[in-house]
Amino acid sequence: MTPVLEVKNLSTHFMTRRGVLKAVDDVSFTVGQREIVGLVGESGSGKSITGFSILGLVDPPGRVVSGQILFNGEDLLTKSPTAMRAIRGKRIAMIFQDPMMTLNPVLSVATQMIETVQAHDRVSRAEARARSRDALGLVGIPSPEERLDSYPHQFSGGMRQRVAIAIALLHRPDLIIADEPTTALDVTIQSQILFEIKRLAGEFGMALIWISHDLGVVAALADRIMVMYAGRIVEAGQVDGVLTAPRHPYTSGLLSAVPAAVPRGEPLRPIPGFAPSPLSRPSGCAFRDRCARATDVCATEPMLEIAADREFRCFHPHLWSAA
Amino acid sequence: MTVRALFAEDMLLGRLFTGIGRSPKAVVAAVVCIILLFAAVIGPYLTPQNPFDLAVLDILDSKLPPGSQSMDGMNYWLGTDGQGRDMFSAMIYGLRTSLGVGVFSGLVALIVGTVLGLIAAYFGGRIDTLIMRVVDLMLGFPTILVALMLLALLGQGLWKVIFALILVQWATFARAVRSAALVEKNKDYVEAAVTLGIGTPRILIGHILPNCLPPLIVIGMLQVANAISAEATLSFLGIGLPITEPSLGLLIANGYQLLMSGEYWISVYPGVLLLVLVFSINIVGDRLREVLNPRLGER
Amino acid sequence: MTVFVIRRFLQSIAVLILTAVIVFIGIYAIGDPAEMLIAPDASPAERAQVVASLGLDKPLWEQFFTFAWNALHGDLGRSFVFNRPSISLIFERLPATLELTLTGLVFALLLGIPLGLLSGLKPNSATDEVIMTGSIFGFSLPSFWQGMMLIMIFSVWLGWLPSTGRGQMGEFLGLHSSLFTLDGLTHLILPAINLSLFKLSLVIRLTRTGVRETMPLDFVKFARAKGISERRIVFVHVFKNILIPLITVIGLELGSMLAFAVVTETIFAWPGIGKLLIDSIMRLDRPVVVAYLLVIVSLFIFINFVVDVLYSLVDPRVRLGGAQ
Repeated sequence: MTPVLEVKNLSTHFMTRRGVLKAVDDVSFTVGQREIVGLVGESGSGKSITGFSILGLVDPPGRVVSGQILFNGEDLLTKSPTAMRAIRGKRIAMIFQDPMMTLNPVLSVATQMIETVQAHDRVSRAEARARSRDALGLVGIPSPEERLDSYPHQFSGGMRQRVAIAIALLHRPDLIIADEPTTALDVTIQSQILFEIKRLAGEFGMALIWISHDLGVVAALADRIMVMYAGRIVEAGQVDGVLTAPRHPYTSGLLSAVPAAVPRGEPLRPIPGFAPSPLSRPSGCAFRDRCARATDVCATEPMLEIAADREFRCFHPHLWSAA
Repeated sequence: MTVRALFAEDMLLGRLFTGIGRSPKAVVAAVVCIILLFAAVIGPYLTPQNPFDLAVLDILDSKLPPGSQSMDGMNYWLGTDGQGRDMFSAMIYGLRTSLGVGVFSGLVALIVGTVLGLIAAYFGGRIDTLIMRVVDLMLGFPTILVALMLLALLGQGLWKVIFALILVQWATFARAVRSAALVEKNKDYVEAAVTLGIGTPRILIGHILPNCLPPLIVIGMLQVANAISAEATLSFLGIGLPITEPSLGLLIANGYQLLMSGEYWISVYPGVLLLVLVFSINIVGDRLREVLNPRLGER
Repeated sequence: MTVFVIRRFLQSIAVLILTAVIVFIGIYAIGDPAEMLIAPDASPAERAQVVASLGLDKPLWEQFFTFAWNALHGDLGRSFVFNRPSISLIFERLPATLELTLTGLVFALLLGIPLGLLSGLKPNSATDEVIMTGSIFGFSLPSFWQGMMLIMIFSVWLGWLPSTGRGQMGEFLGLHSSLFTLDGLTHLILPAINLSLFKLSLVIRLTRTGVRETMPLDFVKFARAKGISERRIVFVHVFKNILIPLITVIGLELGSMLAFAVVTETIFAWPGIGKLLIDSIMRLDRPVVVAYLLVIVSLFIFINFVVDVLYSLVDPRVRLGGAQ
């Protein structure tokens, strides 16, 4: 089975007045059909830019400078703007972080949904409206017919995010990119939305890239996890494996900084220092300044190690006996 | 003033200069502003004649085109007006009046508006409501109309014009200062200062006022340009300055009737000077707004 | 919605009453109403008659009610010069001013919005630079001088367009206007341009700022992610958001244009209320000045009311309430 998405050596740089900012630096990964992949990292690690790069929505002064993005085998980077527009929202959809900001405040929900239907399919308004209503029902919005004519400010945050999800589902895309869609919500609502998305992805056989800084959320949701640091993927593998036996020191550092992952009574150990400024990253492994295991060799670029269930970039990985 | 305030001002000055320096257009405009200001200040030493000393005017020299020579050999580079007055000299004197009225009324309005705006923001409650209601009422009506009606009631006169211009301008300053001060007032350090028992005037002047400076500078520039324009308009309509205090607007009005008969210079040159003056001030003001506007950031 | 309209309407009435009080104080309390409202050459008998009809011998509060009562009945005094009720003079000339103002406004919008969009969508480009510098130039040009230059260039030198008067008027659907004849139109062009140039700059700047502040918002990116065309994003998503500040300011500016018509009408000898005002000020025809003031203030208040209602129609957060 061909993967839905195959990203090869993607680099997205921002040409700023103060220099070139390598937001995404030589990133490669694949997303299989019906697979849920978690993309984890601190803010500024390049995870959101990776998502926008796939959709061709990087704003200037940012630009995808090299790589390939194969979607169902076709390279999205060689597509014309018109062809990309036909793919966005139709075959790849995106859900944004802040539901308060993603819907246009002066257009009714109906308008914003119908335009999405009609942007891709030549159907009547009535038909588009019916499909919008069904999508609202699908994401659990009560009395969708009446709610269609409401405006965003009449919905709560959680409900708005459901509307955004309904919009993403309108065309049953092959892939949904969700950029921290639950971060801005209350914890109780978070889990509802999480559950809802997982159910719908399964139901319609959609692949999902879930971007988050929250390991707990990804653990609950994803099949596979990719950890990003300073524009690179430093470790990737099956969720269970990565979370129980991390190889990269950054991953283990992240894990011991999460309250739920640390056994009771043991202290939390935050990672010392700060993520390097994207404008002045150290050569070699970008994590070495904060890493207890770093040696002189880390000043050179670590190659991607590919083990049976895991990929990582580190000269001094944690070793776990096969239990 | 506290060290912090001085520091803030220092940073502000730095931002202003680099902001203007980065835009060649703004540099040119700033230089023009300075030259005009200088010319206005040293006016009497610059002009070949005192255009309002009737003894030196010769009616035989009236309406001479630019470049003509007078009977006694003086060159009228910009021609003469209906009374045989050297246009260049008249314009420099007009510039003095125009700039003087504009800057003075702008400054007084700035002070009045700042004081009222600070009071409204700091004390809040009924005082705030009262001041802001008046501000809204003032801003609800076009400045030119208010000034027009006021002068229609009061009659002509230099100080009446200045009074009218102050009256129509202060509200803009008051509103800007109030909103800038409100943002600052709600910050923790002001609350801390209050808790420490630091006096109200010191908090207002030492802490809150410096943070109102950026909008004040921008609005101040634009308001001076507006005031100069408004005064010229009022004088042109014949209800502004009296003929004894000729501003650029009045000079233009004097040449208005002669425009149709081809003696364009009497009206056009003062008009060009007025335009250059207002345009340069506006360019600098606009650039400052761009530099100081946190929403749009440095471009 | 209805509640909003009613509340707004009551506010308008309150402002109107307040203005009437201010005008009243200006004339009756500060000045001498007899001197202001009675022609200087009136005979003692005429004087006594006016004093009695205005109740100038009565206490101040009673005078106010007489003034208000008369004003409500459209009696704002008689013009010294025309010896006719000043209010009817105003109403006679109001259409000419409205025609000029509205044409100017339409002109400013039709030109200003596209230029502002052009400028805002490509910030810091050469186009943007030219448009923005042009707009600063536009509002730096003193309106009266700009009008004179228009006359000098297009009437005196080129001889293309007439420079004074309203020209021939046509009738259409019972409306009399210069808009309906070619001659009228040629007369309207220069004054309308003169009046609109200042506002044109404002519309350009407002639109540009709106575009620049709206384009980076998340909902624009989300719309792109939905596959919406760039054209629809600009003209529906962004434009409808810009419309809100635009309507508010345009409403206020319509009032300022009515006021600025004083200048334009004076230069182009346009027979509207602005020229009437200046003429009346010059001839010390104060009842007309008072009537102008009250009529123009009422107009402002009416315009502000309409703007607020329009505003609520465009912004669902105001219309439906419950904004967070």
